[in-house]
Amino acid sequence: MFGNNGWELLLGFGLLRRNSNTACTQDVVTKVAIMRGEPSFISIEGVCLSYGRQDSIHALDGLDLRVERGGFAAVVGPSGCGKSSLMKLVSGLRAPDAGCIAVDGNEVDGPLKIIGMAFQNPTLLPWRNILGNVLLPFEVVDEHRYTIRMQRGVNEDKARALLHAVGLDDVERRFPWQLSGGMQQRVSLCRALVHEPALLLLDEPFGALDAFTREELWDVLQDLWIARKFTTILVTHDLREAVYLADKVHVMSRRPGRIVATHDVPIARPRRTEVAFETDFIEIVHLLREQIRPQLSPDPLAVVARTVS
Amino acid sequence: MVRPSRNKRPNYFDRAAPWLLPAAPWIIGILVLVSWQAACVIFALPEFILPRPSEIIAVLITMAGPIWFHASETLLTTSVGFALSVAFGLLMGIAVGSFRFVYAGFYPLLIGFNSVPKVALVPILVVWFGIGRVPAALTAFLMSFFPIVVNVATGLATVEPELEDVLRSLGAKKRDLIMKVGLPRSLPYFFASLKIAITLAFVGSVISESIASSRGIGTLMVRAASDFRVSLVFAGLVVTAAMGVAMYGGFALLERHMTAWAIRPNERR
Repeated sequence: MFGNNGWELLLGFGLLRRNSNTACTQDVVTKVAIMRGEPSFISIEGVCLSYGRQDSIHALDGLDLRVERGGFAAVVGPSGCGKSSLMKLVSGLRAPDAGCIAVDGNEVDGPLKIIGMAFQNPTLLPWRNILGNVLLPFEVVDEHRYTIRMQRGVNEDKARALLHAVGLDDVERRFPWQLSGGMQQRVSLCRALVHEPALLLLDEPFGALDAFTREELWDVLQDLWIARKFTTILVTHDLREAVYLADKVHVMSRRPGRIVATHDVPIARPRRTEVAFETDFIEIVHLLREQIRPQLSPDPLAVVARTVS
Repeated sequence: MVRPSRNKRPNYFDRAAPWLLPAAPWIIGILVLVSWQAACVIFALPEFILPRPSEIIAVLITMAGPIWFHASETLLTTSVGFALSVAFGLLMGIAVGSFRFVYAGFYPLLIGFNSVPKVALVPILVVWFGIGRVPAALTAFLMSFFPIVVNVATGLATVEPELEDVLRSLGAKKRDLIMKVGLPRSLPYFFASLKIAITLAFVGSVISESIASSRGIGTLMVRAASDFRVSLVFAGLVVTAAMGVAMYGGFALLERHMTAWAIRPNERR
C-alpha cells in the first residue's frame, strides 16, 4: 500500500527526520529584507532543497528566479535537474531548506491558494463528468466553497466559456475516459484556470501528447494567456515548446539545480506555428541546446574513474 | 474494386446465443447435480456417506419449516455482524489509508489479528457474552472486517500524488482530499471487498453457531450430523450457500450501480 515506507515508519517513525540546512550556504535573512517591495510577482532567492533518505538527493542549490506579474517563464533543463521540485516550492507544497520564495510580495510559508496546476498526466476524476471535473476547484478554494450553491450558474458559465476557449464544446456531460489524451489535457488546463488563479504552474503538461496535438495546445495555451495574462511558469524539456510559449526561458543546471542562463524571447505574439521555422526562433533553440548540453549527466565512465581514484 | 466483406469473421465468443450467458450458471449447476446423482446411483453410496441431490431436495422440502427457523437466525446474525464490519471497516480503512501513523501503528496488528483462527475466539466470546446470537454476530464481524479495511485503505493510499498536489495547491484540507478524491476512488475497492466479506461473514456465524448456539444453520448441521441425518447436513450447506450467493449478487448489483464509472462500456453487459 505504501510500499516499504510503512515498515520503515514502523521501525523509526520520527527518528529519521532529516536535519535540514546542512547542505546550503546561502544567507537567507538578508535576502528577505531585500526582496520586500520589489516588483517581481515571483521571486526566488538562493533556494536550496534536499530530500530522500538523509537528504541523499540534493535537488536545488542556490537557485534564483524572478517572474514578472503576467509574465510567461519557461524552465528547461536536463532530466532530473529538480524542475518539479521547483514547482513544489513555488506552490508552497514543500518548504525550502534554505533561501526564500515570495509570491506577490508575501513569503510563501504554506500551500498557496491562488494557483492552478497541470501535469503531464491529466489527473481527471473518472467518476465525474467533464463539467464536474472543471468545477472541482470551486468546491475547494476558500473564496468559492461557501458560496458554491448560489454561484452555481456563474461557475458553470465560467467553466463552459473555458471549455469553449480550448475547443471543447458538447463534451461537458461526457466522462474522462470517453475523451482522447489531448482532450483530457485540455480539460486539465480548464480545471487549472477556472477559478482564475493569479499563477499557473505547468509541469510538462504536453509531454505525453503527439506532436500535432502538442502544437495545437501550445496555441490554445498562448491564446488563453494573451486573453487573461495569468503569470505562468512552464517546466519542460522541450526547447521548442519553451521558446514558442515563453517570454523568458531559464536554463537549469544538472542536479543540484540552479539557473545558469536566462534568455528573453523577443518574438511578437501571437506566435503561430510558422514562427518555429524562422531563423531567430531556431537560433534561440540552438543556443539553449548548447547551454544544456554540458549540463547533461556526466560521462558514466568519468564518474567511475573519479570514485576509484 | 474490392468491397469490404459484410460477413465478419465469426468470433467464437460472439457466436454464443445471447440467452446462453445468463443461462450458463444454471446449465453448469444442473450438470453437476446430474453427475452427482449418477455417481451416487452407480456406486450405490448409502445416504449417510453421500446423499443424492434428490434426497437433499426432498429434505429441503419436507423440513422447510425447521430449516427456515434456523436459516433466518443465521441470516440475522450474519447481517448484524456484516453491518458492523462494514461500518468498522470503512472507518478503519479511511484511518489506515489516510494517516501514515495509523497505518504504521495498526497495520501489523491487523495482519496479526487476521492470522488468528477465529474458531479459537468463539469460546472466549461465549465466556464474555454467553451462548447465542451475540457471539455469532461478533464472529461474523471478526471474520469479515479485514478485507474491507485493506481495500478501503488501498483505494485511499493509491491516490495519484499529482492529483493531491492539484487539490492541495487550491487550499484543500485533508478532509477535502478524503471526501472529494479518496473515498470515491476507493469505492470500487470497497465493493470488491464487500463481496469477499459477505461470504466470510457467513462462515463466521455458522462456525460460531455450530459451537455455541441453540439456533442457526450451524446448530442444525451439528445436530443433524450427530443423528446421522447427512441429507439434512447437506441441506444446511445448500441453504447457507444459497444465502451467500444471494447476498453476493445483491452487492454485485449495488456495485454496478454505484461505480459504473470504473467499468468501461465494452466490459458492460
